[in-house]
Amino acid sequence: MCSSIGIGKKGWSFHHDAPAFVHLMRLNAFSSSLLPLWPALLFLGVFFLAPLLMVVGMSLASRGTYGGVEWALTLSNYLRLADPLYLGIYLRSLVMAGITTLVCAILGFPLAYTIARAPQRWQTILIIMILIPFWTNFLVRTYAWIFILRADGLLNTLLQGIGLIAEPLPLLYTDGAVFVGLVYGYLPFMVLPLIIAIERIPSALEEAARDLYASTWVIFRRVIIPLAKPGIIAGCVLVFIPAVGAFITPYLLGGGRRLMLGTLIQQEMLVARDWPFGAALSVLLMVLVLLTLILTRRYARWDGL
Amino acid sequence: MGRPVAHRTPWSFIWLSVGMVLFLYAPVGLLIVFSFNASPMSVAWQGFSWHWYDRLLSDRAMWEAAQNSLAVATVSSVLAVAMGIGAALVLERRPAHARGMEWVHNLLLLPLMIPEVLLGVALLLFFVIIEMPLGLITVMIGHVVFNLPLAIVVLRARLRKIDPFLDEAARDLGATPWQTFRWITIPLLRPAILSAGLMAFTVSLDDFIVTFFTAGPGATTLPLRVFSMIKTGITPEVNALSALLVTCSMAFIGLSLFVQHREARPLPSQVERT
Repeated sequence: MCSSIGIGKKGWSFHHDAPAFVHLMRLNAFSSSLLPLWPALLFLGVFFLAPLLMVVGMSLASRGTYGGVEWALTLSNYLRLADPLYLGIYLRSLVMAGITTLVCAILGFPLAYTIARAPQRWQTILIIMILIPFWTNFLVRTYAWIFILRADGLLNTLLQGIGLIAEPLPLLYTDGAVFVGLVYGYLPFMVLPLIIAIERIPSALEEAARDLYASTWVIFRRVIIPLAKPGIIAGCVLVFIPAVGAFITPYLLGGGRRLMLGTLIQQEMLVARDWPFGAALSVLLMVLVLLTLILTRRYARWDGL
Repeated sequence: MGRPVAHRTPWSFIWLSVGMVLFLYAPVGLLIVFSFNASPMSVAWQGFSWHWYDRLLSDRAMWEAAQNSLAVATVSSVLAVAMGIGAALVLERRPAHARGMEWVHNLLLLPLMIPEVLLGVALLLFFVIIEMPLGLITVMIGHVVFNLPLAIVVLRARLRKIDPFLDEAARDLGATPWQTFRWITIPLLRPAILSAGLMAFTVSLDDFIVTFFTAGPGATTLPLRVFSMIKTGITPEVNALSALLVTCSMAFIGLSLFVQHREARPLPSQVERT
């Protein structure tokens, strides 16, 4: 089965091995219609899958005495992952991403409900208003917060102007700043799947519950939230994954010292130039992401996104 | 038109929503407003001025970065859409009965799911190991990696709405597979091709992380420029450049969504029938 669609052990060799590839084509009844898939598959095979495998390979190598890479098989990088110094950073990443996800869900739900139940014309406008920041320059959106939070920034100037504070507050380069940046950056990722999930719930169910004297709160807790669960989980995954591996936000809003997993990887790769250890950290992040995807696969609903 | 009164949205939800939308737009809006501030240092408003835009536009390095950004965005979006059309056709017209197909589908979408840092690190290692010099070409390749899945998603959504029997009808009338593709599928897909292309173009224009890892010296793009300006200390020119970038990407995305939204309307022939 695998060979017919171009992955698996046999499939990988086809571009080196033209006769075998022609033979496979003839054998397979579907092959002519599968042809258009190959450019995309080969491209991502070479420039996505192979690089990821190289990261795994690199994580088993060791750093040479003079900074290069020695290709001797070793697990030492993985043992180093357990260093308490780094454990704290993973924990920080997980906690920050977890809280970000939770806050996005709490803030995003009323917004998604309002949009999902809005009159048609408003709904289109509002969905476009959520989609635009979703696709807009993340770096600039993060920079906007530096502009607001820095010592002589907008917020401090404003607070000093109205006489609330005498000295500028240290707002930038704090966990709070990173946290605001993450919520700001990833809120649209939560709202979009929620809108789709809530829209699917027939409003007749809410009417029925109301006829049976359920309060608004009970309707949400017992009808809407359980039925929207696949969308809520999809939204949580979409926020959690980029948040746990975030780089721009902790780098710019957290300053150099408050590391998260994404900034730690960048630092090991580009600053310390310890590629094998950077690769081991990347594998850790990859495992975390794949685990999240696999564990939620059964409960999340992705269609319609 | 109106919905039954029974499920009015609670007012608290509506006010919260207004707050959320403000939260999403205010920071960027303020940035744009203050990019016109005459004052060089503080955020205190000292009058309207085009000064920072003038300085930005007379900077040669900036034009070079803009050229690089445009080249990368154009090449990567065209390649991604070209490869995406084929993949979307196969995935949509031959859905996952085959067990392997689900894996193909997952592989094709995975670049969108993993944190971008991973993609950047993996590509950097790859290019260094195969000894490919880092430069504009490596940046373009990196951008195709995330633009390709994006194009596939947009194109598949449109294909799902196109009647597969139109293809079959063409084949029954004696068209070759290529003729069917060229004269039936492509015209029907055109709005999605445009929309996917615009979206890929914008995402590429905006990308920072993958570019950061895969660009060599001399391959500076606009987001890399913004980043180095932020790092070397805030000059008001960053505000102007950021405002320009964000306005461009909002315009392109708005256009792309508009095209997508328009294509969602029924085709003229269907209107006549009703």
